[in-house]
This record gives sequence, structure tokens and C-alpha cells, in this order.
Amino acid sequence: MPKEHRLILKHIDAEGYTRDIKCYMKNGGYKTLEKVLKSRGKKEGDKKYSPQEWLRQEVLASGLRGRGGAGFSCGLKWSFVDRRSGKPIYLICNADESEPGTFKDKQIIYKDPHQLIEGMIISCWANDVNLAYIYIRGEFVEGAQILEEALVEARKKNFLGNKVCGTDFKLDIHVHRGAGAYICGEETGLIESLEGKRAYPRIKPPYFPAVLGLYMCPTIVNNVETLCNVKHIAKMGSAKFAALGTPRNTGTRIVSLSGQIKNPGYYEVEVGHATLGELIFDKNFGGGLLDGHELQAIIPGGSSSKVLRAGEKFKVKKPGPDGKPVETEVDLLDLPYDFDSLMAAGTMSGSGAIIVMDDSTDIVEALANVAEFYAHESCGQCTPCREGSLWMSKALHRLTHGEGRKEDRAYLQRIATNIQGRTICAFGEACAWPVLSFMDKFGDEFEARGEAHEKAKETEVGGFVPHKVAASPDS
Amino acid sequence: MAAKKKANKKTAAEKKAAEKAVAVTEAPAEPPPVEMVKIKVDGKEVEVPKMTKDWEGNPRPTTMLEACEIAGHDVPHYCYHKKLPVAGNCRMCLVEFGMPAMDRATRQPILNEDGTPRIDKMRLPYDPSLPRGAIACATPIAPGMEIYPSSDWTKQMREGILESLLINHPLDCPICDQAGECKLQEYSVEHGQAESQFAEVKVHKPKNVDLGPRINFDAERCVLCTRCIRFTKEIADDDALGIVNRGSYNTISTFPGKKFDNNYTLNTVDICPVGALTSKDFRFQMRVWFLKETKSICTDCGTGCNILVGSREEKIYRFEPRENDAVNSSWMCDSGRLNYKWVGREDRLAQVSGTRFTDRNQLGSWKVAIHEISEILRDAEQGSVAIVGSAKSTNEELYLLSQLAAKTGAITDAVQRLGSGDGFLSCEDKNPNSNGCRLTGFCFTEFGINTSKIEEGIKNGAIKTLIVFREDVTKQGIPVKLLKKLDHLIVSDLLPTKTTEHATYLLPGAAVMEKRGTMVNFKGRLQKFMKAVEAPGDARPEWEFLHELVFNVTGNNGYSTIEGLFNQMATDSKAFKELKWAEIGDTGVEVDI
Ligand SMILES: Cc1cc2nc3c(=O)[nH]c(=O)nc-3n(C[C@H](O)[C@H](O)[C@H](O)COP(=O)(O)O)c2cc1C
Ligand code: SF4
Ligand code: SF4
Ligand code: SF4
Ligand code: FES
Repeated sequence: MPKEHRLILKHIDAEGYTRDIKCYMKNGGYKTLEKVLKSRGKKEGDKKYSPQEWLRQEVLASGLRGRGGAGFSCGLKWSFVDRRSGKPIYLICNADESEPGTFKDKQIIYKDPHQLIEGMIISCWANDVNLAYIYIRGEFVEGAQILEEALVEARKKNFLGNKVCGTDFKLDIHVHRGAGAYICGEETGLIESLEGKRAYPRIKPPYFPAVLGLYMCPTIVNNVETLCNVKHIAKMGSAKFAALGTPRNTGTRIVSLSGQIKNPGYYEVEVGHATLGELIFDKNFGGGLLDGHELQAIIPGGSSSKVLRAGEKFKVKKPGPDGKPVETEVDLLDLPYDFDSLMAAGTMSGSGAIIVMDDSTDIVEALANVAEFYAHESCGQCTPCREGSLWMSKALHRLTHGEGRKEDRAYLQRIATNIQGRTICAFGEACAWPVLSFMDKFGDEFEARGEAHEKAKETEVGGFVPHKVAASPDS
Repeated sequence: MAAKKKANKKTAAEKKAAEKAVAVTEAPAEPPPVEMVKIKVDGKEVEVPKMTKDWEGNPRPTTMLEACEIAGHDVPHYCYHKKLPVAGNCRMCLVEFGMPAMDRATRQPILNEDGTPRIDKMRLPYDPSLPRGAIACATPIAPGMEIYPSSDWTKQMREGILESLLINHPLDCPICDQAGECKLQEYSVEHGQAESQFAEVKVHKPKNVDLGPRINFDAERCVLCTRCIRFTKEIADDDALGIVNRGSYNTISTFPGKKFDNNYTLNTVDICPVGALTSKDFRFQMRVWFLKETKSICTDCGTGCNILVGSREEKIYRFEPRENDAVNSSWMCDSGRLNYKWVGREDRLAQVSGTRFTDRNQLGSWKVAIHEISEILRDAEQGSVAIVGSAKSTNEELYLLSQLAAKTGAITDAVQRLGSGDGFLSCEDKNPNSNGCRLTGFCFTEFGINTSKIEEGIKNGAIKTLIVFREDVTKQGIPVKLLKKLDHLIVSDLLPTKTTEHATYLLPGAAVMEKRGTMVNFKGRLQKFMKAVEAPGDARPEWEFLHELVFNVTGNNGYSTIEGLFNQMATDSKAFKELKWAEIGDTGVEVDI
């Protein structure tokens, strides 16, 4: 039976562990930073690496993938940074944690802020960054305060400032409180917001953060958990880190488990070492569904990931006995919880948030709820998402208020198809995918709901008039 | 702002460069060859320049939209405007495209069986059955790229966007001022589907919003392209507009309690692709398709912004800027734009008159007036005539006045009009043709330096005849008392003044929009303008009756057409480099000032 592997959460929630710098240092904190600052670089064959280059190489070799949502290789992202522009390079920690179902970064910020700060200092050093920001979700008022206090402590100890640990490395970190919108978590929206503007995501090309980011300078944006991982890679070396998890899905992941299960909460596991079923049912994790209920659906990676239906089977490629990949059929609950397996199942592990729905959930209501969130959070900059997100939400509102139509299934599918892939930022996918996947997996229920409403209307005097729909959400 | 800098910097460096070019007689160096890129648009191979200038004039990679334009394809767009920074928000310009396939390992192109490079149409990574479109307005071209602006997928994407734009649109075209020049109407006809499937309640937003003293806003019609925001921030240097609310409720707004009120606000009405921003001045005045458009220039300051005069049945309804990158880009200031109403004023001078006629209870007539004035000037003693002309007059008029001055040995002067400039378009010189005044030899240096001499001359009786064109000399230090002392006061103007009141002969002239002619702006650009409407009553373009006078007085051949007159002037005065009227073109030519 898989167990938690607490790398990042090691001290979090431990007896007597406090978030102050003293406690952090007593437990070995900032030792990795000191080690890194004294490192000498490396020579591999003909290639000579400066100490910074070597650490970047280590991060690349570790296979670390971004924990913010997209799962993009952290080392590769760093390699795109324009280091010849002569402009300063910025690093931003994305602490906007807003994807519904996700509550992992919060644990780190509230309970072990110095781990994040150490991870950031190391990442900044590796990337020649002298000024970094933590963009923290506006609602985390206390979290912002905790970080501010931790930064003061770190400055006092010379982990920040003009001579970090007595070296020539110079760094300061500022906390910036978010503007209270989901879109502030999208990296280019975040950058605009940090610049004091409305969080309108930027078009790419030309505004790739690695080249034209904050103040049009090269910028790295990484998630809280990703940056903490950097510290552990620096500490244990890329090989040891990569030995955790599975190939291409290395290290650990903090999973936020919520929904109708016995033990909702956060669990850190080696990537791919636990299956969805184990995470939901094992007593080490979710502990199973509430008594008397059966599984209906799983949203596996935050509310924007595509829903999975209980009993689904997937064809997943797995290494066979000879090491070559063979296609095997896997039950939903046997899907290893990692980036690639979920992608193979047509969805994603996203922000690592698993939302479990049992048979008591009204699936139409569930989607209406998700759609309402996205309609409310669309920044409204680009046409398909601005108009489409509310359009879908209004249609779903009808379906949950006795005004549905049989054709609404196809209607919703069409709207969502016209959004995905046509927008400025990935919010387009985030709002389209729930709708597309619910229609795909639970379409019959939506059709039945609409049909029932139409039937009911027919018996009423006057018949069905779709245009006379009651007030919609948020209007 | 960048745009400002550009408009302003007719720099010393540039001028020096121009001088150098003249000084060095050797053949000028060949311009560096333009690097070209081969791509395909709808299957047709085209070669397009690798780089194109962006909105600020800086080179950057050519975009798909520009490449399609070269290939003869107009990609529909809302947010893109070539004079504004790219926003990429409307998504109307999404196109399906393909790229040469690359072998990941070898980084070599993958070839078809026939040896041609294989082109992969871009598909969504998570759903290869759907296209991954690119916004043509912001996506740079790459060698071998194929763009499909008319493919089924491109059309499907376009229809989807258009449908989204229309679901919450009020569709009040019958009462919308934009009707006829609305991109939403236009594209719906060309690219839309016949009916929308929208079965929900529309979003309602504020209508008839008083955005500023000259601008009215209808949020329901707005497609949120942000052209207006980008214009006022980047071009007018006034970050006055922004968006409030979120998602489908997004609305353009000013800061709370503030109005949209700079001297360039009306340009946003021009660039608004729909009828969301309307000019309070023009709203509901006239359906645009009834308007006749005439190329002209604004004469409210020395910049001489190029404009289109919109008129119908001898009435002017609006001015709109006309693109000229050497002068005003695509913009003009609000005060210049709105300064047209006086043209149709009730009290416009429309009748030949003056004390010569009223004293004898006669009706003035051109025939009598021209005949008598000709005699007066022919008989005038050398030095007994003075002429106050105006830098509001055209080159041709000033040229003819100079001939009269030369013949009679008249002392001449003009009136300076200085105001404040804003470093962008509006310039300090509020005369539109100060340079013309100098180049035609009517005035040599500063204006106003001869006025005291004229005053003195009238006082001591040396000056007996004063000719005044388009100025009120009573405001320039020549009091009515002195005017009364003159034997002849010959005045031409458009509106009554203290000076016109005392004229012996009052000759009604024509406004710029009522005649043809040329002027030279403050940077030395010679520009011509066309006639939009007729002058009122008996009023005539000044050059017409001036050339009669010149012929009568000097015997110099008069030219009865503006073309002939201009060509004569260009031969006579060096500054105009023997240009021909036809050579001036719609956007003018530079002359040495
Ligand atoms: C709509 C939207 C919201 C996002 N919100 C967050 C967020 O709250 N926190 C986060 O870390 N990343 C978020 N992301 C992902 C970021 O854009 C970015 O990919 C991430 O911060 C990169 O960090 P990583 O590479 O370390 O994962 C969001 C993306 C989108 C499209
Ligand atoms: S996709 Fe949605 S959230 Fe992203 S920029 Fe467009 S409107 Fe804003
Ligand atoms: S008011 Fe006009 S120009 Fe401004 S955003 Fe709306 S549609 Fe665009
Ligand atoms: S800047 Fe001068 S020329 Fe241009 S519109 Fe304004 S007043 Fe007219
Ligand atoms: S024109 Fe609006 S996105 Fe290209």
C-alpha cells in the first residue's frame, strides 16, 4: 500500500514545528543555500559549467515539471530565459493558488514560508536574478503577512540583501498581494497585475515571459511548490531527486483531495506511485467514499481538468518487460497519478487537485457550478472566452432551473468547441474543457434533463419559450 | 509618447541629411536589398518582405495579416489598427495555417515523396481534429509557412467569433450612426452565418453614456477591441480610458468622476469599428452614405492636418482626418475637427458692398468693384498703397497680392497668430500658411513689423489706399479713426469685422472648403486642397478676382484656372521648384523653407 512521501511537507504539521526562521534553521534550513553559494561548478567532458549553470543543469536533469498546472519542464523553462539582453532578469513566485480544489501552496506559505524563500533564493542565484516577487493570492491576507515577516527574518540573517551570506550575490524579494481574480494566476496576467495594470493576459508571441516579461524584461514565473522542489534538487542532487517518482514524472507531488470522501486534505506522494483509486480509497489518503455511496466522477487536476467517469477504461502506454512501451487497458481507478498517465487518459493532473463526486451529486448542477465560476472569472479580454463563458453558464443555469432543452447538449458542445484553442490564454481551455468533458461523459444526463423540462413545459399552457428565461447568474 | 516624438521630430539631423544628399553629387548609395521570405497564401506562392514597420515605424517581422494583404487577401479584424500597438484580443483574424514539418532529432525538414517539403497544418495538441489557428495580426511569418485565409476552418473560426460578438449585441443598426461604416455589419454580411443559436437573455450594459464633452458611448455596441484605450494612452498621451468589470460585463470607462476630455478624443470615434463611440457633434445629423467626401486640409494651425470634408448639398457635416504620415498620421485634433460651423454662418459676407456703394444707394457688383479698384491701383502713386494680407490665405492668393504690391510699390504685412502647441499635432503657429506667406514673397521675415509704418503712412497722408485681406486691422493697431482718413479701403473677408464695416469696397471671399489652392505647413510641406461646397451668395474664391485685378493693373497674364495659376507661381518663385499642380498629389510635397 503506497504511503505519503513527505519531502516538501516534511516538517509541516509536525509536533512543535513553527514557521519562524529559528525553527527552520534548527531543522537544517538555509544549509542548502549556503552549500550552493560555495559550489564550484563542474566540468563534464569538454563542457565547463559555472556554478550557476551547473545548478540549472541539475534542475533540468532532475526532470522537475512545473507544479502550477501545465507540468512544463522547469529546467527547460529556465533555459529559454534571454540572458543576453542586458536587461535584469526577474523571478516571480506564483502564489495565486486559485484553481478550485487546490490548497497545497497555502500549506507551504502558512506553515513553512522559509522553505519557499530558500527555494527562491537558490533559483534566483542560479538565474542571476537580483529582484524577485511573490505574487500571492489577494485572499491570503494572513499568508502575505507571514511571508513579509519571514522575509524580514531572512534579511536580518543576510540570506537576502546586498551580500547574501557574505558573497557578492545580491537579492531582494517583495511580496505583492493579488487583485482577487483567478486570472491573476495566469503568468502573463500576473505580470500585468504586478505592473499595476488589469490582469489581462498577454499575447504570445511576442510576449513570452522568458524574453519580454515583467517590465518587458526576461522573467521566470514558477509555482510555489516548483520553487520548493528546486531547493530539494540542490540539496539531494538531480539523480536522487529523479529516483523519486517515475521516469519523466519525477519527485513528489502534493495532492489536494476534496469532495465526498472520508479524509479530504493534502497528501504528498511520489509522482506516479499511487493510483487515483489508492488516493481516494486507501486509508492513508482519502479513506474512501462516504458510507452508502458510490463513485460517480472524478475531476483529477483542478476544476479546469476534464472530468472522468466512474468505470471508465483507458488505453495507456506502459513500459513492458523489455522496457518497450506496450499499450494496456487500465481502469480509471488504476491510473497512476502522474502527468503523463492522466494526459493519456485525455485529461490532466493540472494543479494536483482531485475532486471526488459520489452518486449523490447532481452532475448537471456540478457543471453549472463550475461554469458559473469560469463565467465570473473570465477576464473578458478576448471574444470567444468573454462571450462564450457566460453563454455556457447561462445555458447551464437554464438546465438547472427547469428551462432546459434536449438540444442543449449539442448547443453547449458547440459553444465550448468554439472557445478552446482560440483565446489569448489557457483560460479558454479551462472553461471549455469541463463543459466538453461533461457532455462527453455525461451527455445523456444533460439531454434527459432538457427533455424532461421540455415535456413539463408542453403540459403547461403557452408551451416552452426559451427567451423568457429567468434572471441568469451574475446578471 | 513615441508617436509624439515622431510627429515632432522633423529633426535637425533629418534636415542635415537632406542637405547632405543635395550637396554630395555622386550617385546615392544603393539601399540595402530587402530580405524576402517565400510563403504560400491559399496555395499561391508569394514573396513578402521579412520585416515590416510596426505602428511606431520600427522594423519587426512581417505578420501574417500583412503577408495576406500583399497576397491580396483582406483578413477581417477589429482590434488591429496599423497605427496602434497590437492587442490581439478580438480573435477575428484567426487563420488556419501550416508549417514545414521538421524532424525533431535531425532538425531537418521532412520531405514529401516528390521531394517538396511536407507542410503540417497546425492542429490543437490535445485535439488533432481541430485547427490551431493563429491570430494573423500578431503572428510573424516564417519561411515555408502556408496561410489559409479562405479555408473552411478559417471560415468556421471567423463565424464563431462573429457569433460571439453578436450574441450580446443590441443590433440597433436602424438608429446607429455607424450604420454604413460598421465593421460588425460588414463582416456579418461577408462572414457571418444567417442565424445565431443564442437562446439566452442578452447582457445589458449602459447606453447613452456621457463619456466626455464630445463623446457619447454605448457599451452594448462595444466589441471591447480596446482601440480607443490604446489610442488615448499611446497616441494622445492621456491614459484616460480603461475597462471595468469582468468577463462579458466588461465595459469601457473613464476613471470615476473624470471625463474623457483631451484635444484628440474624436479620433476614437473614427477608429471605433462599431457604433459604440459616437461624436456628439455628428450624432444623428446625417446618414454617412449620403455624404460627399472631399480631400482638404485643416487650416486651424500650421500643421495642416489632412482631412476629408463630409458634405451634402453645400452643407458641411463633418471633418475626418485623412492619412498622411508626413503630417498627421491618421489623426487630427478635436478643435480643428469641430471648427467648421462658421463656414455656414448666417452672417457670412455674401455680397459685394462697401461705402462706395451704400453712399450712393447702389448695390455692389463685382464688375463695378473690380473695374474701379483696378483704376485706383493703376493710378496710384508709387508708395501710396499698403497691403495687409493674411497667412490664412492660400499661396496663389498671396502670390497675386505680391504682384499687386510690386506694381504699386506697396508696403506689405501680415498678422502673426501664436497660441500654444501640445507637442503632438497642434502647433504654436495658428496661421495655416505662414510659410506660404514668406515663400511667395508677400512677407519676408516676421509678421507685424510693417504695421506701425503703415499706421504712420496713413497718419502723415503718404498712404492713401489700404488693401486688407482676411484680417481685422483695427485689432492690429490701425484704429477706425485712421481707416476713415484713407481715400480707399479695399477689404476682402468672410465674416464682418470692424475693418469690413468701414471698407470702401468689400469683396466677399471663400473659405478653404469653398475653393481650391495650396498652402505650406509649418514644417515646409506644400499641400493642396479641393473644393467641397460652394461659397455663399456672390462670394468668390479670392484668387479668381485677384487674378483679374492683377491682369488689369499689371498686364501680367492672368490664369483663369487654379492649375495654371499654381504652375505660373511655381515657375516664378524658386521655393516651389517649378512643381506642377498635378505633382503635388494628395499628401503634398516637401519644399525648402
Ligand atoms: C487561467 C489560469 C490560471 C492559473 N492560475 C495559477 C495559479 O493560481 N497558480 C499557479 O501556480 N499557476 C497558475 N497557472 C499557471 C501559470 O500560468 C504558470 O504556468 C505557472 O505559474 C508556471 O509555474 P510552474 O511552471 O512552476 O508550474 C494558471 C494558468 C492559467 C491559464
Ligand atoms: S482566454 Fe479568457 S481569461 Fe484568457 S485572456 Fe481571453 S478572456 Fe481573458
Ligand atoms: S468603444 Fe469602440 S474602440 Fe473602444 S473598445 Fe469599444 S468597440 Fe473598441
Ligand atoms: S492640429 Fe492643427 S491642423 Fe491638425 S487638426 Fe488640429 S488645428 Fe487642424
Ligand atoms: S485583429 Fe483582433 S486579434 Fe487580430
